[in-house]
Amino acid sequence: MEIRTRVIKGQYHDSVLLMLAAKEIKKVEGVVDAAVLMGTEANKALLKQAGLLTEEAQSASADDLVISVKKDKGVDAILSQIDDYLVNKSPTAAGSLKKELQSIRSAVRSDLKLNFAEISVAGAYAAREARDALANGLHVLLFSDNVSIEDEISLKKYAVSQGLLLMGPGAGTAIINGVGLGFANALPPGPVGIVSAAGTGLQEVSSILARFGVGISQAIGTGGRDLSMNVGGLMAIAGIKALIEDMNTKVIVLISKPADDEVKEKILDVLKTGKKECVICTLGAKFERPQDGNIHFTHTLEECAYKAAAIMGVDLPDFQLFIKNEIKKQQAQAQELRSKLGSGQKFIRGLYSGGTLCYEAQVIWKEMLKEPIFSNAPLDKKNYLKEKNSHQFHTALDLGEEEFTVGRPHPMIDNDLRARYISMAASDPTTAVVVMDVMIGYGAHPDPGLELGDAVKLAKKEADQHGRALLVIACVTGTMDDSQGLAETITKLEKAGVVVCETNAQSARLAGLVVTS
Amino acid sequence: MKKDQGVNVNKKKISDLFGKELKIANLGLESMAVSLETQDIQVQQIDWKPPRQVVPNLMYTDTDISIEDANQEAVNRIMGSKAVLVGMGIAKDVIPGMHDRMILHAGPPVEWERMCGPTRGAVMGALIYEGFTQDEKEAEKLAASGEFEFSPCHHHQTVGPMAGIVSPRMPVFIVENPVWNVRAYATLNEGLGKVLRYGGMGEEVYKRLSWMEEVLYPNLSNALEKIPGGIDLKNLIAQALHMGDECHNRNRAGTSLFMRSIAPSLIRVQKNPEDIAKIFEFINSNDHFFLNLSMPAGKAMLLPAEGVEGCTILTVMARNGTDFGIRIASMPDRWFTAPAGVVDGLYLPGFSEQDANPDIGDSTITETAGFGGFAMAAAPAITQFVGGSPSLAHDITLEMYEITQTEHKDFTIPSLGFRGTPLGIDVRRVMETGILPRINTGIAHRKPGIGMVGAGMLRAPKKCFVDAFNEFNKIYCSKKENE
Repeated sequence: MEIRTRVIKGQYHDSVLLMLAAKEIKKVEGVVDAAVLMGTEANKALLKQAGLLTEEAQSASADDLVISVKKDKGVDAILSQIDDYLVNKSPTAAGSLKKELQSIRSAVRSDLKLNFAEISVAGAYAAREARDALANGLHVLLFSDNVSIEDEISLKKYAVSQGLLLMGPGAGTAIINGVGLGFANALPPGPVGIVSAAGTGLQEVSSILARFGVGISQAIGTGGRDLSMNVGGLMAIAGIKALIEDMNTKVIVLISKPADDEVKEKILDVLKTGKKECVICTLGAKFERPQDGNIHFTHTLEECAYKAAAIMGVDLPDFQLFIKNEIKKQQAQAQELRSKLGSGQKFIRGLYSGGTLCYEAQVIWKEMLKEPIFSNAPLDKKNYLKEKNSHQFHTALDLGEEEFTVGRPHPMIDNDLRARYISMAASDPTTAVVVMDVMIGYGAHPDPGLELGDAVKLAKKEADQHGRALLVIACVTGTMDDSQGLAETITKLEKAGVVVCETNAQSARLAGLVVTS
Repeated sequence: MKKDQGVNVNKKKISDLFGKELKIANLGLESMAVSLETQDIQVQQIDWKPPRQVVPNLMYTDTDISIEDANQEAVNRIMGSKAVLVGMGIAKDVIPGMHDRMILHAGPPVEWERMCGPTRGAVMGALIYEGFTQDEKEAEKLAASGEFEFSPCHHHQTVGPMAGIVSPRMPVFIVENPVWNVRAYATLNEGLGKVLRYGGMGEEVYKRLSWMEEVLYPNLSNALEKIPGGIDLKNLIAQALHMGDECHNRNRAGTSLFMRSIAPSLIRVQKNPEDIAKIFEFINSNDHFFLNLSMPAGKAMLLPAEGVEGCTILTVMARNGTDFGIRIASMPDRWFTAPAGVVDGLYLPGFSEQDANPDIGDSTITETAGFGGFAMAAAPAITQFVGGSPSLAHDITLEMYEITQTEHKDFTIPSLGFRGTPLGIDVRRVMETGILPRINTGIAHRKPGIGMVGAGMLRAPKKCFVDAFNEFNKIYCSKKENE
């Protein structure tokens, strides 16, 4: 076994290309592990963790490309192979000057009449680029994470003063004029305008609405910190005001985790003066009354979508009644599923790619389960999960959190990480049920049904070998117009033995019923 | 519309975006652009690279001056300027601060001991031409004696190509910027080959200089006096850019345009056809004649930007063959220097890199003023002189847009759809992008007395920009939390 490193001075490639290259190398027979990355301090730390940090890699600078491979023998051949791969893939490596536009400034000066910028560069550089875009009159979707709160505040203040959107940082989803930005679904046009501090929450609500036949006018993502005291809801308020002015928006939906009280009051004031019907989904919040004038309060994504659809005239029973009936139906199903499990199989293993969906599931379980749910993104800090693979209690993992995604694609794009966790859950004798979300739509993996289905099949086989059954419950967030296909994705999962529910809330409830019945 | 109707009358609103076609710039993950393309949305992928090093994002000075605004002010002053050839004179009579025992040279300050070969040769040649001595050895002693004051051209509103030597007796062009009431000066171009500005010495050099002083100068000067308002050089530069010049290393069109402008008047003031013919032959045989007009024109237009508070735009780039120096608008008297670079070039037969002197001359004033190497896309034929290919010339201009504040409103490039030339080198953008200004230039022989050996291209040295940036940050932004 040997570890060899090659450092190419001053060669930059974006991280996705590098990760793809690393993936290709890992496929080579005999390769144990490989990393291809820029020699930043953060990346060196990753190399160290992976046991791939050689002296040569340590000496690389942030401008240098580092390739580190752990392999039986013949490593040098691999190193030259990766070089070829990068040269073939990336025109920047050719060494000649490129004619493409190299900055937002030049793009704005060119003849393109741009009005919008999507920014997904590394967090350290993102604020500067966003500022440049705003200064050049562009609305911005800032996909990047790791932007400081100070930068967020100053960017948003500037955006508001200029009448521009600054969605993010960490805004994964938006729909503007029917165009899905980032991770979004193919939705019909319609009367519901959404402002959301939670990307997958936006996707879930808009997808459920689409299934009710209700479309979207605009959907504005604000980034997760917008409703905090520091940021003060700058973009949520600006977005709501814009939706109030928008003729095509009849109902305004606001989705967030619990907000700062003062910010909440400010937002309620704006909504009240706007007079349009509003549905607020504050995940996990308790409300004294379900309605205050034109404002309706809900506490799950499911309830929020349900309420908005009802306001738009979809013929639906009262939500509480609906839930009661749902639970009745699910109880029978849960008992049948439970009968397949052994007595030691007690715990839920939530494995989520969508942070908001992980949160919604915990909100539902908190009401159903006596035992606490531990999570890397818990409702209550005291339930913070330190040990990721515990056998002691229910767990809900948000695999899209930074701790999992540094140097690796997001689980909505790449299924490897989740496949690994499904397999781990299968080998754990205390696992009763794996619950997961499957995101389809723009930006998502082209066929998650197939890959996650395969992972489930493997895991079930593994559990079977230990004389156990493995239950897997999932919901698919998306619409029939998404390129992956809603029905097709469901079929693939069901063929693999996954129990597929209609909404994330439903799958959480079913799992809860399984472990309590 | 009345002004007092409030500031919100024309204010942009987020809801203005609703219903409009989205035209998107994508910066970062290409997969995001792909997913937009599947929705038939127009996306421009930006070929973004992270800054070569993370530098502070300077936005405001400690006194709350917006640096962006200050930079815009500087380029507005440059673009709003004019450059008119209003007359000629003798250096010691017209150049501010010039005296009988002063020799001006190109680039940042340099003492005799550190002067490169061509500059030494040119100084010695100038002393002989001035009549202080007849002998080269004697001239060398004289130059080292401390009897003569050496001073950068730029300290006297003057610019000189290559060694840039200006001695008291030499005739100079006077270029006026009437908008700001400032003047710039330059000597007359001697042509290529064995000439003083490349450190050339010898009888043919002095003979040519004397003819220029005795015949060329009085005739051109008289002719100019008869042209009301002088000759608009800015206009000639703009035209030359449309005729294949970039007005630094290609001045063929500019020289022709100058001949057209001066000819009628010259014929009126000089009755001797042979003198007129000699003058035309001299100018016609020297494609670089216009360089000594485009350079002071650039200087005259850059002068008003000097002193703009909080500004990070370059007002000078210049080399003396030993050091490369820059100055920025907010610190107009400070030089930031680094060793002059080696030119990557094409050599005349019989010469090679071994013979090349490091980068030299004030002619980089052209790039600083938004033409020269920065306008190479306008001059594909330049590549026959400095090497490379027409597509490289094109790419160089596109690259320079990344480090400049704006596009020139008067200097345009036909092949880029009449886009303005890249104007206003911003030290901040140089630091952020790691893109150093591109220069094209002639190459002097490292030994005095030989002359030009080739031409080529290089980039300005990074150190000047690092030092200028750090000093600006220290002086203007030390208290601010600029990220």
